[in-house]
Amino acid sequence: MSAIVEREPERRAGWARAGRRMPRWQLLLRYLLLLAVLALTIGPFLWQLSTSLKGPGEDIYRSPPSLLPHQVTLDNYAGVAETIPVWDFALNSLKVAVTNVLTNCAGAALAGYALARLRFPGRRSALVVFVMAMLVPVESILIAQFVTMRELQLNNTLLGVVLPGCIGALNVLLMRNAFAALPYEVEEAAYVDGANAWQRFVRIALPSVKGTLAVVAIFAFMGAWDDFLWPLIVLSDQSKFTLTIGLNFLHGTFADNQRLVAAGTVIAVLPLLVLFAGLQRFFFRGVGEGAVKG
Amino acid sequence: MAAFSLYPFLSTVAHSFTDARTLTAGRFVGGANYQELIHDAMFWTGLRNSLLYVLGVVPLLVMLPLLLAMLVQRHLPGMTFFRAAFYTPVVASVVVVGLIWVWLLDDRGLINALLEGLGFGRVGFLSDPWLLLLSAMAVTVWKGLGYYMIIYLAALANVPRELHEACAVDGAGAVRRFLTVTVPAVRSTMVLVAALSSVGAFKVFSEVYLMAGPTGGPGGEDTTLVMLVQQVGTGLSGRVGYASALSVVVFVLTLGLMLLVLRAHRTEDA
Repeated sequence: MSAIVEREPERRAGWARAGRRMPRWQLLLRYLLLLAVLALTIGPFLWQLSTSLKGPGEDIYRSPPSLLPHQVTLDNYAGVAETIPVWDFALNSLKVAVTNVLTNCAGAALAGYALARLRFPGRRSALVVFVMAMLVPVESILIAQFVTMRELQLNNTLLGVVLPGCIGALNVLLMRNAFAALPYEVEEAAYVDGANAWQRFVRIALPSVKGTLAVVAIFAFMGAWDDFLWPLIVLSDQSKFTLTIGLNFLHGTFADNQRLVAAGTVIAVLPLLVLFAGLQRFFFRGVGEGAVKG
Repeated sequence: MAAFSLYPFLSTVAHSFTDARTLTAGRFVGGANYQELIHDAMFWTGLRNSLLYVLGVVPLLVMLPLLLAMLVQRHLPGMTFFRAAFYTPVVASVVVVGLIWVWLLDDRGLINALLEGLGFGRVGFLSDPWLLLLSAMAVTVWKGLGYYMIIYLAALANVPRELHEACAVDGAGAVRRFLTVTVPAVRSTMVLVAALSSVGAFKVFSEVYLMAGPTGGPGGEDTTLVMLVQQVGTGLSGRVGYASALSVVVFVLTLGLMLLVLRAHRTEDA
């Protein structure tokens, strides 16, 4: 670890040198390519935003298209709220996402700590069960979950949406790895001082893995906010819809009114983009840890 | 946790041998569901589309994000911004992404307007079953680029610069250096990406559902396997037994696909 840290400035200097060495035309080509990819990835979002701001007097089907709205209006956003209870849907999504964050953080931290630190009979097989659970694709147990939810009479409730994802196996393993990487000595010292397992967990171990916990929280939020297939199966009553299901409904029923659909998608995607802009580094860390260690 | 993953899986296997429906418990019917599956034309359509999806999406998702990662790897001004921007489609919900592209690819949407402006005719991206499947694949690739780019970035950071420099001194061009230094160094990551993206592509649901509609386009031509599971097994008249048999097939094929990718990796090593 320390070797990497020491080499870091050296590497940066190397990159800077490489940057200077790069011929001007190559640098230009690089940035042109970057801008082209940028247009491809961000362009569709901007077009959607532009469509959602265009007034009824403006032809959105024009050819050649006009990229910027000429009569900027927020009427379409009000229109969405009149057509479907979009704020109720957003509230439902928020409830589901926040619950998912809380259950995943608490559950994964507790289970992860138990797997990493506590000695109990069957610890090894418990770990194997978690790894195996990760291999079962969600899509192949949908039907069984649907039947279980019906038996519990939780179909068409938000609880039914949350329950199957409330503790992700991947999150448990992430937390386990984070706890296992902590040095034993600190906890041993606390043990000698008379701290019990719970105190060691809350006071010492948990504060040391805040970064991983943040990753779990963010991906739990994003997963729940973006999920489509499972809520589509569980929810049938419009008053219980989450945003994604509501958008699908809006699209199915008012497909002709593109301005409305566009406004709806902007409402759904904006909170996540704000979250992403603020917490970028955790998003990237999550991908790295999830892919390499999980 | 185990209760929500392993138990449902075992109960799926058990259900697949019964004729259970949503509102009625089933009787044991042996392998009848599996027999019906073999003679079900929709099953073969779904299997074909899901496999085509893997073939179409995986090579692009293994190569393009690697090139993208190399493009944003250097520490030049603005790179943090570009990385974040390229990751944005990953953050957006698949429903949002699907609807954005439905509008872009609409008969009177932006892409057709641009095509017309350039003097080409309009293309029915969302009305022709084959074009629709291709369009859905393009959307999946577009949404996945940023995710795999980040995975590749982590792998690229471990490629020693000295190797590139030595190669450059020996007079190797950029393409040659890419093939002899970069690709071997990130090969295990490429296998990981191939495994992840092929499993994801095989289970595709949302993109096709949103672009083709709940029934999978005209005559169900674009139905995928998971769409079939959802169509057959849910709702008040869902055929739980038959859908469970479908689910078991999805599970077995997913596992097989993963083993195939890993095996291809090992034979390459030998």
